[in-house]
Amino acid sequence: MRRGRGTPEVNAGSMADIAFLLLIFFLVTTTIDTDKGIAIRLPPMPEENQPENDIRIKERNVLKVLVNANDQLLVNGELLSVKDLKRRTKEFIDNPRKDPNLSESPTKAIISLKNDRGTSYNIYITVHNELKAAYNELREAKAMGDFGKSFDKLNESQQNEIKDYYRQVISEAEPENVAGA
Amino acid sequence: MKLQKKKKPSPAISTSSLPDIVFMLLFFFMVTTVLRETDLKVKVVVPQATEIQKLEKKSLVSYIYIGSPTESYRGKFGTAPRIQLNDAFASPNQVVEFIEKERAARAEAEVPLMTTSIKADKEAKMGIVTDVKQELRKCNALKLNYSSSKRAEVYN
Repeated sequence: MRRGRGTPEVNAGSMADIAFLLLIFFLVTTTIDTDKGIAIRLPPMPEENQPENDIRIKERNVLKVLVNANDQLLVNGELLSVKDLKRRTKEFIDNPRKDPNLSESPTKAIISLKNDRGTSYNIYITVHNELKAAYNELREAKAMGDFGKSFDKLNESQQNEIKDYYRQVISEAEPENVAGA
Repeated sequence: MKLQKKKKPSPAISTSSLPDIVFMLLFFFMVTTVLRETDLKVKVVVPQATEIQKLEKKSLVSYIYIGSPTESYRGKFGTAPRIQLNDAFASPNQVVEFIEKERAARAEAEVPLMTTSIKADKEAKMGIVTDVKQELRKCNALKLNYSSSKRAEVYN
């Protein structure tokens, strides 16, 4: 159909209203939460009728961290505050003074973590965090010392070299039920 | 020079570009938005930590919530921390089934990259968290992330 006059323009005045409506909808439903957290890797479930592997580990190479139901820490038989855990762990892993009670070398160091069923999740995460922080700080220090660069800025093979040196071994034992939680 | 008096009224500000501006904002929010998939039935305040990593590939993450039921569910379920999978309360032995379902929904090549994120309340006890961990080990879902928020203070 032909029109003599030009077709009338579509009224775009309500376009803004429609867009606003959509905008408000997305504003309300949006959650800009970047998910963050402590990443760990669980050990695989031991297969049934697998022979007990009988690896002997020298006692000095194990840092035993126990957390009880009252959220108290026992590190190698010594009551310790969470705030001192990182320092203590770093000392244990690195053993700069060659203390015969601490680990022989960082590669041999193992941290054993055991908690009660009544331990609060909060303290568990804090302990995990401190142990991880100890390793991260040692790695960072080694990166600075060996390569003169921050750990994040090293290339992959250099990072792996440091990771192999400070191998993070945190073994978690099955929790005990002492407090009856 | 003598200023001439304006005779015409000032023209109205053109609003024709307003939709464009709004659309731009709209697209920004559409792109950044993540629609909340599940209704939280448990109260979760995640603990704080310093050594946290960002979770990559959100589509490959399955969430397990642990916390005490919110007010409207207290009457029925009490206040003891419980597990929530998808939209329902669950017991630890349902975790395996949940992970299997999550795996079935993804391509096979992506299954090894899948991560489980435990969003547990900091008041929760380790007993329930350990039960979940054991179940995850059973079905070989070993990549785990304890959801936590950033803490500014660092212990020395």
